[in-house]
Amino acid sequence: MEDIKGSDGLGDTELRLGLPGTSTATRSAKRALPEGDEESHDELRRTSAAKAQVVGWPPIRSYRKNSFPARKVEAEAEAAAGLYVKVSMDGVPYLRKIDLSVYKGYKELREGLNNMFECFSLGELSRREGGSGSEYAITYEDKDGDLMLVGDVPWEMFISSCKRLRIMKGSEARGLESRQH
Amino acid sequence: MREERSDMSEDEDGGGGVEQKERWGPSHGGGGGGCGSAKSRGGVWTDPPPPFSDQVLENVLENVLQFLVCRRDRNAASLVCRSWYRAEAQTRGELFIGNCYAVSPRRATDRFRRVRSVVLKGKPRFADFSLVPLGWGAHFSPWASAMATAYPWLERICLKRMSIADYDLSLLAFSFPFFKDLTLICCDGFGTLGLAVIAEKCRHLRVLDLIEAYLEEEEEDEVVDWVSKFPQTTTSLETLGFDCVVSTVNFEALEALVARSPALRQLRVNHHVTVDQLFRLMVRAPQLTHLGTGSFGHPAALALQGDVMEHDADLVSAFAASKSIVSLSGFRDVASQYLPAIYPVCANLTTLNCSFAEITADELKPVIHHCHNLQKFWVLDTVRDEGLQAVAATCKDLRELRVFPLNATEDSEGFVSDVGLAAISQGCRRLRSILYFCQQMTNKAVITMSKNCQELVVFRLCIMGRHLPDHLTKEPMDEGFGAIVMNCKKLTRLAVSGLLTDKAFGYIGKYGKSIRTLSVAFAGDSDVGLRYVLEGCPKLQKLEIRDSPFGDPALLSGIHQYYNMRFLWMNSCKLSIRGCNDVAQRLPRLIVEVIRDRPEADDETVEKLYMYRSLAGPRNDAPPFVMIL
Repeated sequence: MEDIKGSDGLGDTELRLGLPGTSTATRSAKRALPEGDEESHDELRRTSAAKAQVVGWPPIRSYRKNSFPARKVEAEAEAAAGLYVKVSMDGVPYLRKIDLSVYKGYKELREGLNNMFECFSLGELSRREGGSGSEYAITYEDKDGDLMLVGDVPWEMFISSCKRLRIMKGSEARGLESRQH
Repeated sequence: MREERSDMSEDEDGGGGVEQKERWGPSHGGGGGGCGSAKSRGGVWTDPPPPFSDQVLENVLENVLQFLVCRRDRNAASLVCRSWYRAEAQTRGELFIGNCYAVSPRRATDRFRRVRSVVLKGKPRFADFSLVPLGWGAHFSPWASAMATAYPWLERICLKRMSIADYDLSLLAFSFPFFKDLTLICCDGFGTLGLAVIAEKCRHLRVLDLIEAYLEEEEEDEVVDWVSKFPQTTTSLETLGFDCVVSTVNFEALEALVARSPALRQLRVNHHVTVDQLFRLMVRAPQLTHLGTGSFGHPAALALQGDVMEHDADLVSAFAASKSIVSLSGFRDVASQYLPAIYPVCANLTTLNCSFAEITADELKPVIHHCHNLQKFWVLDTVRDEGLQAVAATCKDLRELRVFPLNATEDSEGFVSDVGLAAISQGCRRLRSILYFCQQMTNKAVITMSKNCQELVVFRLCIMGRHLPDHLTKEPMDEGFGAIVMNCKKLTRLAVSGLLTDKAFGYIGKYGKSIRTLSVAFAGDSDVGLRYVLEGCPKLQKLEIRDSPFGDPALLSGIHQYYNMRFLWMNSCKLSIRGCNDVAQRLPRLIVEVIRDRPEADDETVEKLYMYRSLAGPRNDAPPFVMIL
């Protein structure tokens, strides 16, 4: 586990609640917004906030959250254009492209990928919990260029940060999975 | 929205409940001297029956104590002496358990033998925000089993944040022949099958009220038609609330049920019920006092058919005929053309919950203009400051306001601001409770509210962007919250947000002498902040903190307080195993749960801590990701 953090910089993107890394928490805790016009403040807030969304904040019950369709302006714009990302699978000569915005959640995504790569895979694409007999794991490359296991973050957050998908083979996948457990 | 009682508002209750009886200090001697009976050690009352004169006294006492309803009074009475303890235990009709793990079901049912009504709360509130992993606990089953044998005359159960299985509901239905009231708030684990059993077997059912329950996901063919299961004869139903049930209900069965339920006063339907269906229900039940309107719109297809105009007129007449309506909610897919239909009842409304309706200020104004008697108002921020100004202008008797965000994300555009808050404080001087989500706030507005609204009991301000300062002065929000605790002498519940330094906590510790519930997020600079609170707030019962830089020293500074509290929750702070162990060792009756649902960076860090006093010892149903120190 030690080599995951540290030198290759993956520590910063390690999933945890709260702002990434306690050191950065203190830095942002006293973020004094520079004097300037409103727009740059909003932009500063938006970029840093969008980068580090946390679970359960703002404190709204999911009962209420689920009652409204997702409404972010950016999401709508992207949805109109389609959220196409490349999908590669280890051992497969060519890549595919899928539109993430047509899926409602991880379950549909897995099903969609299963269908797409049916002829190549020897078994069902593994679930995050590490199902037995699983050959593959679904991973993705996020905005920072890091390789992440699919399924950790809320769906909305995932589709806004996913740049491409990669279906990883057995042994490599297990290395990634064991990091999560 | 319910009356205070079944709302299970945290603001009413004091500390205690069953736990209050026992001594929490390190030396727990016997409770009180006896009235002539043999002394016994500890809290175990196993002496021979009292002499005759004492028996008479107890009988008299029981007759008097029947009238004592408030549980705090009852707790006090039970501490007088052994005789009073017994009499009180025999006459307590409602059992309130604020934390289902604070006492074992067996112990509670052994002490209180004649209970008719049980209120039971489970998970900590932060479970609502996905911070408590699935499977953590708060299972109703052991309580259901214990009560099934101990309380055959049980009439009422109210559960909050408990995990309930269909089997448990079935057990209730078969065990309690006189069962009348079932209220489930933010519960999960059951489905339509459980509801069906209740409907079918509880022949005296008066209340079936589901408030923000999370029913199990069911496939089409798994959904049970529970509404059809009610007795076919006249029912005694008074309240039926199922607005949170996601599956469709059999409308014909519902309509027939309403028609044969003359005592029905409160009906809250889910969003599948269209406005024309609602009309039909209202015609059947003009005696309703509380109405949850479901979608208050209709599928787009119908609108094209041109039937719409007719419905408008019908709907208005239905409302005009419903002279008793004092509470309206629902409006899930409201078509704004239908809003004017509610005008006939507006003047009588004390409660209006349109917090699922995306209405604008212009759509709100004509409605709110009529609502002179409104006391509770829940709304979406889409009405903007302008809408709130209209509320302030009309609703002079407003007691409770909740403004929810349409976009519950940090970087969303806020639709309401300090302007709305200040307006409300100017117009609604009798305000007692406020929950306000915004992106922009100023100290000035908060200070204004602290001065104008002296009746405030609950002040919950959520500035959604983290660490945001006063948007005009760029200063921390310390002064605003400081003014609230300083000026609002009746304040018992506070939730803070925005950029806050230790100074804010200094104010809370210094002035917040009545505070019982405190919620903190992304605030403070150092351990000192938490110390101020733990050392300064003697009435503190519930403390929930997230993402704030408080560590072990701060945790340890509260040792004197934890037995007086219901719980402490901390996540993503700076706690370590060592500090938590320290607390656990010093306070043997405190259950210290470290929740590890994600692999920690190191084994020392404590990501999530949940601590609570308990007579029951460490629970035996803890899942693998919970470590009890």
